[in-house]
Amino acid sequence: MSARLTAREITLRYGDRVVSTRLSLDVPDGSFTAVVGPNACGKSTLLRALVRLLRPAEGQVELDGREVASYPSKELARQVGFLPQDPLAPDDIKVRQLVSRGRFPHRTLLSPRSQQDESAVREAMAAAEVTELADRPVQELSGGQRQRVWIAMALAQETPYLLLDEPTSFLDITHQYQLLHLLARLRDRGRTVVAVLHDINQACRFADHLVAMRDGKVVAEGRPGDIVDAALIKDVFDLPSVIVPDPVAGTPMVVPTLQGD
Amino acid sequence: MSTYAPGTVRLPLGLRAERRPLLVCAALGVLVVALGVTGLCYGASWSTPAEVFAALAGTDPSVVITEWRLPRVAAGLVFGAALGLSGALFQNLTRNPLGSPDVIGLDSGAYTGALFALYALSGTAAQLAAFSVLGGLLATIVVYLLSFDRGFSGLRLVVIGIAVNAMVTAFNSWIVLRADTDVAIAAVGWSAGSLNGVDWADLRVPFWIIALLFAVISLRTRALHQTLLGDALAVTTGVGLGRLRLLMVLVGVGCTATVTAVAGPIAFIALAAPQIGRRLTGSPGTPLLPAALTGAVLLQGADLLAQALLAPEALPVGVVSTAVGGCYLIWLLTKEVRRA
Repeated sequence: MSARLTAREITLRYGDRVVSTRLSLDVPDGSFTAVVGPNACGKSTLLRALVRLLRPAEGQVELDGREVASYPSKELARQVGFLPQDPLAPDDIKVRQLVSRGRFPHRTLLSPRSQQDESAVREAMAAAEVTELADRPVQELSGGQRQRVWIAMALAQETPYLLLDEPTSFLDITHQYQLLHLLARLRDRGRTVVAVLHDINQACRFADHLVAMRDGKVVAEGRPGDIVDAALIKDVFDLPSVIVPDPVAGTPMVVPTLQGD
Repeated sequence: MSTYAPGTVRLPLGLRAERRPLLVCAALGVLVVALGVTGLCYGASWSTPAEVFAALAGTDPSVVITEWRLPRVAAGLVFGAALGLSGALFQNLTRNPLGSPDVIGLDSGAYTGALFALYALSGTAAQLAAFSVLGGLLATIVVYLLSFDRGFSGLRLVVIGIAVNAMVTAFNSWIVLRADTDVAIAAVGWSAGSLNGVDWADLRVPFWIIALLFAVISLRTRALHQTLLGDALAVTTGVGLGRLRLLMVLVGVGCTATVTAVAGPIAFIALAAPQIGRRLTGSPGTPLLPAALTGAVLLQGADLLAQALLAPEALPVGVVSTAVGGCYLIWLLTKEVRRA
């Protein structure tokens, strides 16, 4: 399994607070990789390092064998797209305008918008099912609609890699599943998707590569069906459980055995 | 099949623009010309527009129009645009409608620099310009350092800027009080911000500087709008954020300080123009062109008022802009406090 995007022995810290020490990770090409783990285990921090928002204190993140820090900003942005947990919509912006902002790395200093920009925006809106909302102000949308608009913006960026930080939080269960289906479809069309997910069962069901983290370390990684068992869940989440096959997808499903006091 | 979105207009060179901002900018442009012509007509004795055009075309030369009134009108329009642009840059930078150079102490810092050049040195135009920029930069650096705490926060910068502005203003008063009477009187008249008596000799260098700053920033407007998506998305869509912020600060300080060097600290244009422009165009963020055009309209309009109110006595334009802008600031503050 080849990997163009890799982290080599990276140490991540905010000021004096060390989050991860000498962490290594390969993101398999064409996979839907889900990063799971308890709160504050360093999932989001790892993601920020992969998209160059956080520079490792030691080690390096590489894309195609070249350190990401050495890429010009726009060149990297044409390869790796990112959706943060709390993106900001400028006041009064309309859906189509926001989605168009995803084309920024494809445009040069003075170049007008090209046909390719137009079609990328149109396809991104169609894929994220926000075409009908194109002329609505983003502020007026519901949480689920807004999240799909952000996804559309990230899609318009047309990057081989798409990294998302907890894309399902703040969504109701229906919209969570719609979003995960969308991410799986993107993977099927050839993109590499990496998402920090909170729900281990959703991660097992939709991802084909699972990275389980705890205390800034990767505890286990691999196909969910190969690595998820009661011992791993106990290790990672401190939660006693039984693992049963998901009645719909057949993937591992974690059922906690923890009872109330 | 049309691939173009409704509400947009095709322009030559394959450029396209939203219809409403385009119309608003065109209307503002017309208003700029109208106020400019009015300014050229206005005086102790009114000229007709026909006389003004004849004087401008050179068919019927008039020293009063081309050498007395024209520099003042040009200064009102160009300085207004520069202040509007500077305000828009800082409001984008701080993501706060209160984050304008006159509120966060830049004008008063630039004025300190100008006072220094006036008292300690010989006070030539070049010295005034250089020391205004220096004073403005210094004030910006102080505000920036004091408000930098493990990251950049627009609101913190605004609050600290207001405090710094108060202290620098007090310091300026102290300098003026210590100065010789005749110099102090000149400085006080100037301290309100005034276009009284500007002539072409005062304007040549500032106009070149402002033109250069406009050219530099207009190449980066798209990146600037991209920063409104938040730091994370700006970076991951390919904006070199650190360099862009530095450029915005330098252009913003440059515009404000250049105006202050010639006309003194004219308050509230930079504060109000970008927000009025934004509301008129209904654009996302705080766009630069409407801010500059609105700034030109506001300053030229205020200067006409300043000349007319107590005619033949000419009021400093800063008095008018402060009176009008003060009301706007009160409204804005109550709105922001309610939102916070």
